[in-house]
Amino acid sequence: MSRVLANQDRLKIFGLLSPAYLWLTVAIFLPLSAMLYFSFLSDVPFGGAEWTYTTENYQAFFQTSTYAKLLLKSLKLGLTVTCISVLVGFPCAYVLAKAIKGRSREALFLLVILPFWSNSLVRIFSWAIVLRGNGVLELGLNAILPFEVDVNLMFSTPAIVIGLVHSYLPYVILTSYLALQAIDDNLIDAARSMGANKLTILWRIILPLSLPGLLAGAVLIFVPVVGSFMEPRILGGRVGTYFGTVIEDQFVAVFNWPLGAALSFVLLAVVLLILALASPVLKRAQT
Amino acid sequence: MSGRFLTILGKVWLAMILVFLYAPIIVMAFMSFNASQFYQLPFEFSLKWYQKLAGNAEIIDAATRSVGIAIVTTIIATILGTAASVALFRFEFRGKRFLQVMLFPPIAIPWLITGTAMLIFFFGVGLGRGTPSVIIGHVALALPYVIVVVSARLSTFDATLEEAARSLGADAWTVTRRVTLPWISSGVIAGALFAFAVSFDQFVVSYFLSEPGDSTLPVLIYTSIRKGFTPEINAISTIIIVVSMAVMLIAARFSNFGGER
Repeated sequence: MSRVLANQDRLKIFGLLSPAYLWLTVAIFLPLSAMLYFSFLSDVPFGGAEWTYTTENYQAFFQTSTYAKLLLKSLKLGLTVTCISVLVGFPCAYVLAKAIKGRSREALFLLVILPFWSNSLVRIFSWAIVLRGNGVLELGLNAILPFEVDVNLMFSTPAIVIGLVHSYLPYVILTSYLALQAIDDNLIDAARSMGANKLTILWRIILPLSLPGLLAGAVLIFVPVVGSFMEPRILGGRVGTYFGTVIEDQFVAVFNWPLGAALSFVLLAVVLLILALASPVLKRAQT
Repeated sequence: MSGRFLTILGKVWLAMILVFLYAPIIVMAFMSFNASQFYQLPFEFSLKWYQKLAGNAEIIDAATRSVGIAIVTTIIATILGTAASVALFRFEFRGKRFLQVMLFPPIAIPWLITGTAMLIFFFGVGLGRGTPSVIIGHVALALPYVIVVVSARLSTFDATLEEAARSLGADAWTVTRRVTLPWISSGVIAGALFAFAVSFDQFVVSYFLSEPGDSTLPVLIYTSIRKGFTPEINAISTIIIVVSMAVMLIAARFSNFGGER
């Protein structure tokens, strides 16, 4: 459609688009700019407080190793959760896309991604009920096993990882499934008829062709996990201090908003860097 | 020879994942019908936690607020999002690609960052915390989902249908009302349901933007959890899960989301 736009068309485009994009500007892009501005202030500029421009908040990040260590801890958590989700989710997506046919596939697929669209907070809470000492997991295991076991995973790093994998696993299954479904079965049959074994087919055909979907899922898991705070708080208790919970504290407990803004921006910079690195692959996944 | 074995192994794997995904939710729901306050077994059926819930004004208040916010969010996001999708689909213009890329930040940036940024900005402009701020935030988060879902439906639209209607003498308004809108209506309904789900389940942004004592349901649950677990929280959580799963099942019917057509 390469026609010259009439003035009337311009008006239409503007009328249709501007409400949505104005809203996004006011609610997303202006706030992000405001936060950047805030991160260079010494104090909040309302309530008559004295304030000056400063880079103190960013210096705080680099001066003590506390924040850098926590950011590293969050990145490590993101990596752990992403790896487990990919290892668990990809085979599952493969079974759904290639081993199950017809209506049952649709139903099973829906069943897998349904929890993803339900409340994440409630799902984390449900793990707290299962994992707590004297909880259902412990009672269940003791009923099956011949010996007594003491399971209290609650308030530990494994509990946080389990909860986060549960929250984000459907992402990687969804994106891998869509990529795997697009692979032509004839391609696999052709390779097999020419004598390729299962491992070769997996390594040379299935993995390369589904990699964009797999990586898209991995990025979609990694980014929110690095910024998570609710899950570590509920499932981690005292070991649940991460970069995200420190940012939360600045806004709801310590009320040092400028420091919180600076820390948020450090996190945003990390996230944007990851998205930029992944964007060539993500673009391929889109098409 | 080992193909059959691998297929069975794969299906067992899938079954185990489904157990992993649903077991905690089922356990939680189960415990909301258990009489013991400390989640003790053996199980003894009781509706007392639901009865207590019915008498808890704070929770009912928050639930009403959550549903109200979700409905307002759905209406605004669906109208603005559908309009934007139509423009993005119908016209070619400079900067279109840029506008499409602009939809990613609200989805891709962690809500912790978006939420705290909104808090700062809304305080800066004097709006502060409260339900209006929460709605502004929710609409922004729901908009990209509506645009993506409606655009996906529009991309299956055959433009010759409109031309046919026009050549038969229909004016622009009639074409839109009788041809375009009926075609995309299933996409719009799916988009609206997604918007409802995004708002109703949203915790992080609501957490930073709602006023204490004036909070949404997920925020109230979060603050209660941190004080200690009670089966009452199980009861309200069970209701929330059932509602949001029902909404998504209906949305899936309208959008053939992920399934074959």
